[in-house]
Amino acid sequence: MGEDTIAAIATALGEGSIAVVRVSGPDAINTVAKVFKSKQNLREVPTHTVQYGWIVDPHNDNVLDEVLVTVMKGPRSFTAEDVVEISTHGGIVAVKSVLELVLRHGARLAEPGEFTKRAFLNGRIDLAQAEAVIDLIRSKSDRAFQVARKQAEGALSKQIVPMRQQLIELLAHVEVNIDYPEHDVDDVSSGLIRDNCSSVLKQVQELLIKSNEGKILREGIVTAIAGRPNAGKSSLLNALARENKAIVTDIPGTTRDIVEETISLSGIPLRLLDTAGIRETSDRVEQIGVERSHGALNDADLILLVLNHHEPLHDDERKLLKQLKDRSTLIVVNKIDLPGQLVIEEVEQDYAKERIVYLSAKEGSGIEQLEKAVSGMFFSGAVESGDITYVSNARHIALLHQTKQSLEDAIRASYESVPIDLIQIDIAASWESLGHILGDAAGDSLLDQIFSQFCLGK
Amino acid sequence: MTYRAGDYDVIVIGAGHAGCEAALAAARMGCETLLLTINLDMVAFMPCNPSVGGPAKGHVVREIDALGGEMGRNIDKTFIQMRMLNTAKGPAVHALRAQADKFMYQHKMKETIEQQERLTLRQGLVEDLMIEDGACVGVVTKTGAEYGAKTVVLTTGTYLRGKVILGELMYESGPNNQQPAVKLSEALKRCGFQLARFKTGTPPRVHEDSIDFSKTEIQPGDDKPKYFSYETGYMAHSEQQIPCWLTYTSEETHQIINDNLYRAPMFSGLIEGTGPRYCPSIEDKIVRFADKPKHQIFLEPEGRNTKEYYVQGLSTSMPEEVQIDILRSIPGLEKVEMMRPGYAIEYDAVIPTQLWPSLETKIVQNLFTAGQINGTSGYEEAAGQGIMAGINAARKVQGAEPVIIDRSKGYIGVMIDDLVTKGTNEPYRLLTSRAEYRLLLRHDNADLRLTPIGFEIGLITEARHQKFVEKRTRVEAEIERLKETKFRPDETVQAMLAQAESAPLSNTVDGLTLLRRPELTYGHLESLTPSPIELSDDIKEQVEIQVKYTGYIEKQQIQVDRMERMEKKRIPDNIDYDIIYGLAVEAKQKLGKIRPLSIGQASRISGVTPADLSILLVHLEHYNRVTAAAHGS
Repeated sequence: MGEDTIAAIATALGEGSIAVVRVSGPDAINTVAKVFKSKQNLREVPTHTVQYGWIVDPHNDNVLDEVLVTVMKGPRSFTAEDVVEISTHGGIVAVKSVLELVLRHGARLAEPGEFTKRAFLNGRIDLAQAEAVIDLIRSKSDRAFQVARKQAEGALSKQIVPMRQQLIELLAHVEVNIDYPEHDVDDVSSGLIRDNCSSVLKQVQELLIKSNEGKILREGIVTAIAGRPNAGKSSLLNALARENKAIVTDIPGTTRDIVEETISLSGIPLRLLDTAGIRETSDRVEQIGVERSHGALNDADLILLVLNHHEPLHDDERKLLKQLKDRSTLIVVNKIDLPGQLVIEEVEQDYAKERIVYLSAKEGSGIEQLEKAVSGMFFSGAVESGDITYVSNARHIALLHQTKQSLEDAIRASYESVPIDLIQIDIAASWESLGHILGDAAGDSLLDQIFSQFCLGK
Repeated sequence: MTYRAGDYDVIVIGAGHAGCEAALAAARMGCETLLLTINLDMVAFMPCNPSVGGPAKGHVVREIDALGGEMGRNIDKTFIQMRMLNTAKGPAVHALRAQADKFMYQHKMKETIEQQERLTLRQGLVEDLMIEDGACVGVVTKTGAEYGAKTVVLTTGTYLRGKVILGELMYESGPNNQQPAVKLSEALKRCGFQLARFKTGTPPRVHEDSIDFSKTEIQPGDDKPKYFSYETGYMAHSEQQIPCWLTYTSEETHQIINDNLYRAPMFSGLIEGTGPRYCPSIEDKIVRFADKPKHQIFLEPEGRNTKEYYVQGLSTSMPEEVQIDILRSIPGLEKVEMMRPGYAIEYDAVIPTQLWPSLETKIVQNLFTAGQINGTSGYEEAAGQGIMAGINAARKVQGAEPVIIDRSKGYIGVMIDDLVTKGTNEPYRLLTSRAEYRLLLRHDNADLRLTPIGFEIGLITEARHQKFVEKRTRVEAEIERLKETKFRPDETVQAMLAQAESAPLSNTVDGLTLLRRPELTYGHLESLTPSPIELSDDIKEQVEIQVKYTGYIEKQQIQVDRMERMEKKRIPDNIDYDIIYGLAVEAKQKLGKIRPLSIGQASRISGVTPADLSILLVHLEHYNRVTAAAHGS
């Protein structure tokens, strides 16, 4: 077969049950063996057996989770390759850290639909299923692409771009030394390599620390809080942020009219957008705000539509209710501390009872029910992009670790008077792994950099 | 009126650096070959710099030699200076560069061609291609000669609808005032080829006796020069090398150029062709890098029996009188006598994505193209494509599969894959950074990479192959010996280490471990335990490099292995991308245009995503199983 080894979370993300990390490929058993502590040596256990033990980070002996590990040697497995499945405790935290650890020890994150693709290519799936396999790859890839595109505008990208620029300027300098040895460009010194690589390394390390704290999950599920003016959107946002300790508190709104807050709700990253109140208006300035709010609603993965318990349903709200009924929308009836004038039966025509939550943002009551409803939607798969967002973050973290490794190699080599064209291999590798986070191919941009940075020619 | 002038296996049109290699390769592989050129005095002419080699380019010359080509041998016979560049850097980027006696270079190459069996050299301007059923079957010259051929190789350089531009002056011309090939360009268009318009340029030449060398710095050759060809023994002319000289532009130079920019065809709009970024004219450099106070100028002799000097760094298409002013503003050239002005030249090129990796065109069967016509620049790039086009034209005649060099096997492979997979929007120059496996594509191991291929196809003689195999075996044996040799922390060893400023040993290690210390060389180990059999210098060098850089070499080898799995997944050439279920529209268009031979090549096409590749793989698997089932029943 000769393929590389891939890993991914194989189960839908769910609280309370079991989650599974699946690893497939020639090095699957060896990879998991590196991080699995048990009475048995995983490399020696018979096929189709289950082992009890712990997932342990070999670098610091931290125990990540108590797990069951199933070994299925090829060809008697789903992909016909060696497959290892790690069953962790449910919830996001455990399975996420186990996957990240496996990715750091030799596996790469599976592409969308890749297990199924391998199963097909290795003859485990019937010929008649070819189109279904293609559909799966296409739809998963397209969704991953959409998430990636959203992330390209995110905070992580904004930090990666200048790091890459610093590396590519260094690379261009190295390349000019190599390809134009007689040109009047100073040689890159090992000191210059160290300074640049160390500075980028420091930033990578900071990102990795943040990722452990969950701060990297800024690109969470985009959640729009919508409603008429004064329905209590801002107080809801504040209440949620207060209860769930906002991950980032200092993000300026993308526009003056949209305030953002990112929170972690039962481990699920939510990017909350408080939109301007939606109502028919002739005020030009307010119209712009309303248009932006509609835009935010279109882009959102999840919508919290806030209704005012203290007022009867307004025509603007009736419109929104119709418009949003086929989306991932939860109805939040706010201000239940005040006397009710809202006729809820009208809402219930289009929305099942599970989709309606009652609370008072002001008093903080009912917030728990909202959280339950949100995670219920998320784990039932109603909010689609969630697991992809999450998984692509695992990928980012794996890539950041690779970048770190390459930079450390480059710095070490620069102390050992290794020739510059060899150090270049590691610098280029770090530049490329950062590039994979952004999702753009390396391509010709190095040459562009060389010829814009230096005056060359005969 | 036309007449039937002869029939050949292979016809090569153009006797520049690509054409010479193509014709020699085809004839040496047993094909009756005709080499046609507009002017017999221009065989292997160097219209620009009188030099061969440098980073990546020098590697290509070594590769041509390892395959059994001529460029390396020819430059070894005719160099006036030889330098190994990048010696302070790693072994992968050491690069040999020679200054050529450009006249000798031509004469020696012409002599080799004239003496080659089965090869006919003839003067003639080809104006049309004979096409039957979508295949090229011969060529027609201006004088009415019709030559039949089984395959044809076009190596037209800058002659194709060439146009020289110099200040406000513009006229149809090939390089150095040669006749251009105008009608052939029209013939290609009639066949359906898409042509691009490219531009290149050359600096003025000046008289040696009018240069004040005291104001310049000397640039001598190496005392003990290495040679390009693995076959070259000692060359007596190594003792009579001629130096080059270095000077710089002055403030006045920049002033003159700025004052006359309005007369520069680059900026007045006279030039429509795309020029190379890495070979800009001096006016281009001064505009784009206005902050740079001075630019290097190298003065390079053009031969042993000429007074002409090439002014490297001063490529220009300024009007003649401005060129004289520019030259005289440069220290050392105050009283210089300009012998020929520099000029820009525009020419037609075939957009190279219209070619298969064998360099046969997708549009006309049995027609191959190589060199500048494929959008490259440089003698070495041309020669590297020339030998491959010659090999594959001959193999087509012989009914054999084409030879395609992998990206991990040679710069020639990198270049051709880049051209046919990605195309190019400016004249393409090889740079070492274009290779993703630079450490594997070293100057020193071109023979290990390519000589087995050269032997297999019949370009490397039995005797040379024997020598090569012996070398390879001895390298392996010596590495094995070092692995088995233990060094104990005894007095002799510690003394040697102290001498080499290397840390003393604390326990016994093998020779490989010791040799991996950055400060130690093969010589250090040899001083303690010499090889029982006499080893040549290049064997010792090879052992040292392979041992010292094992870690990095293995890192790249892992990437190569991964890539090779993709290269091995072949795509049938009758595939119809339009009907593949699930493929993105952009991928269908790109794949349909390039028609890659493997999944590996497909992965390098921009706009083809990993998801598209997965879907293509699933489709191919489906196709294979259906085909297998059909054959089984």
